[in-house]
Amino acid sequence: MARFGMVIDTKKCVGCMDCVVVCKTENNVPEGFNRDWIVQDVRGKNPHLQMEIRSERCNHCDNPPCVYCCPTGASHVHDLGGVVIVTHDMCIGCKACIAACPYDARFIHPEGYADKCTFCIHRVEKGMGPACVSVCPTHCMFWGALDDPNSEVSKLLDSRKHHALIPEAGTKPQIFYLV
Amino acid sequence: MNPLSRRKFLKISGATIAVAATIGTVTKAIENAGDTKSKGIQKIPTFCDICFWKCGAIAYVRDGKLWKIEGNPLDPLSRGRLCPRGTGGIGAYYDPDRLRAPLIRMQERGKEMWKEVTWDEALSYIADKMQKIKSQYGPESMSMFSHGIGGNFLRHTLKAYGTINFAAPSFAQCRGPRDVGFKLTFGEDVSSPERTDIKNAQCLVLIGSHLGENMHNTQAQEFAETVGNGASIIVVDPRYSVAASKAKYYLPIKPGTDLAFLLAWMNVIVSENLYDKEYVEKYGFGFEQFKAELSAYTPEWAYPETGIEPKLIRATAREMARYKPATLIHPGRHVTWYGDDAQRSRAIALLNALMGSWGRKGGFYYPVSMDMPGYPYPAYPTPTKDKVDNPNKKYPFAHEAITTGIREATITGKPYPVKGWMVYATNLFHALPNENETINAIQNLDLLVVVDVIPSEIAGWADVVLPESVYLERHDDINVEWFREPFVALRQPVVKSPHDQKPNWWIAKKLAEKLGLGNYYPWKDIEEYINHRMTAAGLSFDELKKNGIILGDKQPIYFDEGVPIEFFTPSGKIEFYSLQLQQAGFDPVPKYKRPTIGPPGSFRLLYGRSPVHSFSRTQTNRILSDMMSENEVWINANVAERYDLKSGDYVRLKNQDGVVSNKIKVKATERIRPDCVYMVHGFGHTAKGLKHAFLKGASDAQLLTRYETDPLMGGTGMNMNFVTIEVEA
Ligand code: SF4
Repeated sequence: MARFGMVIDTKKCVGCMDCVVVCKTENNVPEGFNRDWIVQDVRGKNPHLQMEIRSERCNHCDNPPCVYCCPTGASHVHDLGGVVIVTHDMCIGCKACIAACPYDARFIHPEGYADKCTFCIHRVEKGMGPACVSVCPTHCMFWGALDDPNSEVSKLLDSRKHHALIPEAGTKPQIFYLV
Repeated sequence: MNPLSRRKFLKISGATIAVAATIGTVTKAIENAGDTKSKGIQKIPTFCDICFWKCGAIAYVRDGKLWKIEGNPLDPLSRGRLCPRGTGGIGAYYDPDRLRAPLIRMQERGKEMWKEVTWDEALSYIADKMQKIKSQYGPESMSMFSHGIGGNFLRHTLKAYGTINFAAPSFAQCRGPRDVGFKLTFGEDVSSPERTDIKNAQCLVLIGSHLGENMHNTQAQEFAETVGNGASIIVVDPRYSVAASKAKYYLPIKPGTDLAFLLAWMNVIVSENLYDKEYVEKYGFGFEQFKAELSAYTPEWAYPETGIEPKLIRATAREMARYKPATLIHPGRHVTWYGDDAQRSRAIALLNALMGSWGRKGGFYYPVSMDMPGYPYPAYPTPTKDKVDNPNKKYPFAHEAITTGIREATITGKPYPVKGWMVYATNLFHALPNENETINAIQNLDLLVVVDVIPSEIAGWADVVLPESVYLERHDDINVEWFREPFVALRQPVVKSPHDQKPNWWIAKKLAEKLGLGNYYPWKDIEEYINHRMTAAGLSFDELKKNGIILGDKQPIYFDEGVPIEFFTPSGKIEFYSLQLQQAGFDPVPKYKRPTIGPPGSFRLLYGRSPVHSFSRTQTNRILSDMMSENEVWINANVAERYDLKSGDYVRLKNQDGVVSNKIKVKATERIRPDCVYMVHGFGHTAKGLKHAFLKGASDAQLLTRYETDPLMGGTGMNMNFVTIEVEA
């Protein structure tokens, strides 16, 4: 079974938020909430500056604390590609997962359940990739099977320097940023 | 399965019924999301109108409801991917603040007190007033301001009536100086979409142009592509823009000194013989005189002006020369900054000429288009007067009409009175500097009609407001684009207008009929019109409806592909030295003038774009406002510390004329010089009908009371305002 992950080229990303916008229309994310977001990480003093721009979301961790702490089993690892998913009907909105996630990836949907990025599993099931990857005007986002050495994502990770977010949390995040 | 389901939990916890009641719809929506095969999903091609770039798009309707919109893969502009504004375009359809019915003013102008009327009443009222203006002053006293392709039919009606005064802020408040500077040099302008071959550039130079924040789709896409290909990027900007973060060289220039910098670059390139000799010798005119004029502008001379060290000026000049002719010094788009903008743009054109990039791959290509005959309308009446915007050719090199010239004539009544304004889809209060002048002009009008989709500030001053259908609900004229390859694109309705909104073609046709000009509309509806044009061009309307785009055959776009090497200047060459400028009393080679300095303790006000908003048109779009609901004022971190301000605090800005802005959030950042502040344009709405955007953030336009008019072409340089920071109690 494949292990899905994402690779994002921070060199090309301009932080335009198309990924955030499309997630809202694709997934009916309610006003006031977003499942993904842009971070502009600025370092240095004017004028000697560096900035990394990142499109961030749930990292679909291999060692997901949100799943372990869920009292109802609503948060779980999907059979398809190891994607971390919340079954809305089972979620009691207790927020344990929100506290456990080091990435702030989750929020309580106005209807009471914990919500977050699903890697657009409804599209993946139909053979498409996540909506954000499909619309990005800069083509900086890639998605695929990390365990397949011939996949585009694996090749990018083999050939380019990259990092993941807060690796020290031990969550084994599955989104990698090319630098 | 855990027996405690969410529904049960909600019941137990006593959650409101309203919340529980919506569950079903949401679950269903999620189940259907992305399923293009299931019954009930229609895909309709059209093109976007959230900005004027006109990207080809495919709208999805699910169970009769507008769902989402994606890029049309056939479209050369979007290349199958929309920008964030385009993706959020469905928010324009769902916007609760939209205009719904025609309105006639009930109280004095600007009070925003209306009565709803029928279309028949509204159009009769307008036609009646227009006939009075015609009989009293002549049809030339009616004028029109418009933006975008949607204005085509109203312009046709007004031309049939006898109007000659048409202007768009895209010239004198935006790209005009650039197009004039390039025309003076190469004999052609840069046009829109820009003919910049960004994707093939090996060295890309951006001067204040913030691609990636300024999200004209093709430009941003090609920018990312060229960055990905490892091109050398040089960014000159007082602000560390997104583009600056991709640059090999970031040059934090002192605002207003770009021309000094450009002259120094050219000095280095010429004195070190780094230019494309063969190209310059073959196609250049007046190079020796140009060279002589440049000799004074050494990097050492430029250093105190610009704040950029001579060694960096030299290093970047050499870097540019290394990649020539695939070195593109981007001409920018919104370049009305300091009133010497046409000459600064000419310096950019000359720098490109030195690189030999005009007509070459990685520089400027020659755009191509389909041959689509226009509709054979009857001839328009012959005007008996000249246009009002530029009397006696005061601005000799203006090759389009000047909005602020029409405004000026409306205020003074000279050369003749202007008594009517038709304003289509342009919010003049945010587009033109100095709102008092706009108000003074409006007070002299007998008729102000605003056609728009939202109740903008200019609509608030109108006598009649006509609610237009948003782009997803209407046809427009076909888009016959000038681009890398020829194509024609169709905008067609995806959904019905929710209230009493009407498409502009319908409004224009009905108004013409009321004016007794029905013979100018021989077609029954716009489909008949489009069909006529398509058939005349030998193309299939059915195919266009189905695919949204019809591509023409590729044609040469570079000199070495066979584009004829011609320059439509007086000398027939690239004019390094411009005799036409000299004859008109201007500098034949650009000269630097030090910019005005603000009062002590003030900061120059700079403004720009966000990737998630278009001008002042999108702040009530709920999807886009969720991305950015208010603007921030960027203040250098040290300055902020001096004022004891942190990011997130609110301040007001007060300009040199005492105008105080609405409150605006501080962004304390290393990313800007200490002598200026910056904000995204288009916020701080004061129109009551824009409920969602009302008084959110500050309006840069309101603070732009001063502007410097470009003597060559009448553009309004607007980076001439200085503000102090008023800390909120
Ligand atoms: S650039 Fe964006 S807003 Fe403008 S037409 Fe294209 S998709 Fe629409």
